[in-house]
Amino acid sequence: MTAIEQPLVLGIETSCDETGIGIVRGNKLLANVIASSMEEHARYGGVVPEIAARAHLEALTPAIEAALAEAGVNLAAIDAVAVTSGPGLAGALMVGVGAAKALAVALNRPLYAVNHLVGHVGADVLRDDGTEIVLPTVALLVSGGHTSLLLVRDLVSDVELLGETIDDAAGEAFDKVARLLGLPYPGGPEIDRAAVGGNPNAIRFPRGLALPKDLEKHRYDFSFSGLKTAVARWVEQKRDAGESVPVADVAAGFREAVADVLLTKALNACRDLGVPRLLLGGGVVANARVREIAAERCAVEGIELRIPPLALCTDNGAMIAALAAQLIAAGHPPSGLDFSADSTLPVTSIQV
Amino acid sequence: MLLAIDTSAGSSVAVVDLDRGILAERASSDTRRHAEVIGSFIVECLAESGVTPTALSGVAAGMGPGPFTGLRVGIAAAQAFALAIGKPVVRVVSHDAVASAHYALGGSKPMLVVTDARRREVYWSAYRGIDEAGLPERVDGPALVRPADLPEAVPDYDGYARLDAAEVSAGALGMLAERMFANGRTFAGAAPLYLRSPDVTVSAGPKRVS
Ligand SMILES: [Zn+2]
Repeated sequence: MTAIEQPLVLGIETSCDETGIGIVRGNKLLANVIASSMEEHARYGGVVPEIAARAHLEALTPAIEAALAEAGVNLAAIDAVAVTSGPGLAGALMVGVGAAKALAVALNRPLYAVNHLVGHVGADVLRDDGTEIVLPTVALLVSGGHTSLLLVRDLVSDVELLGETIDDAAGEAFDKVARLLGLPYPGGPEIDRAAVGGNPNAIRFPRGLALPKDLEKHRYDFSFSGLKTAVARWVEQKRDAGESVPVADVAAGFREAVADVLLTKALNACRDLGVPRLLLGGGVVANARVREIAAERCAVEGIELRIPPLALCTDNGAMIAALAAQLIAAGHPPSGLDFSADSTLPVTSIQV
Repeated sequence: MLLAIDTSAGSSVAVVDLDRGILAERASSDTRRHAEVIGSFIVECLAESGVTPTALSGVAAGMGPGPFTGLRVGIAAAQAFALAIGKPVVRVVSHDAVASAHYALGGSKPMLVVTDARRREVYWSAYRGIDEAGLPERVDGPALVRPADLPEAVPDYDGYARLDAAEVSAGALGMLAERMFANGRTFAGAAPLYLRSPDVTVSAGPKRVS
């Protein structure tokens, strides 16, 4: 197809526990509908893949209908269909892939299969504050499913993985620490609440992969499993000694350790690479302290910080549609129909 | 005319017509490639049958029983396709399609349809025969059981001719749907026939680390 400047794109995102349907016209957001199965996972303390996949199948058609209504368009007007083909939970991804292929074939429209992580960066083009994404940028994407540091030179053609978590995602660490403090799922907002009034420096929890010897091999990689264990050990010792656990201090100290290591590594990357821009994405951006530390440190270092609106930071279909719209505007041909869901799709595969 | 999709075993897609029969069909017995093949199969069936999406009166979906991940791909595709063309999804128990195809070859004796459920279990459905409209009459199932327990699980097991099916034909499923509609029959419900709970356990609480 010839390049369309402002294509009307419907995006489908089912990589984790949010069924996201977004509709954009070029870089203008028209609809962002999200159906979450989060409550169903609460009693298990984390996302259960099979429960998420079942919920996607149930939520998909109503979510598409709701998005069309919100955007005030009908399916016949759609120029292209976009879908997340990875990375993410395989069974969950396949629901979106199956639906997207059928939708594109039925409508006789091109289909764009895109990368979830690059989609998080793509969300930034949808900001309606009159500013535009400036590249290159370092992007820090943090959620319950991923913790990745990217260098984005070009949204549709040049994305590099600088580092990622070697064990738990940061969001998972929040869930696990919340659990051991007796707080419900999801842990992020609960830890935030519990940390109110706590002293973030009362307990010094370890920063993963921050020692000089680790930095050699893992300069931009993250690790949160040691931190989680350190918090657990600290809490156990208190309890064993019959002392009360200062929950506010533990929550604040843990959160500080996560935010510190995330931003330290992200800003190292900005400095090392001479890129004075940092973009945040992913659900953990909802964490107030993460945003605060990011703002403070970026200001000190003269780094421009960009955080898309929260509804575009958590997993959503609009970011997938936005990335596809960029690909279309740049003249990229659609994906074939034979791609698969790829749970470990590398960020260098922007489009499949 | 219907587009029919079943991914309860392998992947199967067809375009069918009540009067003209199965106009096109594509199938793969691969139980791991549902999401890959579904789009091309639909395109090929439409092209071969010469039927445009808007000429279809609906989409027939095989609702299982079947292993979850694959089963969902076909149902998701059927629902999305139906939404796109503004026509209904008609849902059919996948085993009924196997029985229907079997009876279409002649015969009307009781039969037991058995398919692989993985994890050392099978799905089964029991059919008395066919009714006056020639449609299979399911009297028991679909249900899930370990193969060794099948004779005990199925009442009057020995009275059935057992058919172990590795594939479900979307053509057969679509034709059954056409005949069910023509005879005013009730279709299956919206819930996929997983027949298994998501296997998760609620843990007692965080484990000690020290
Ligand atoms: Zn995400």
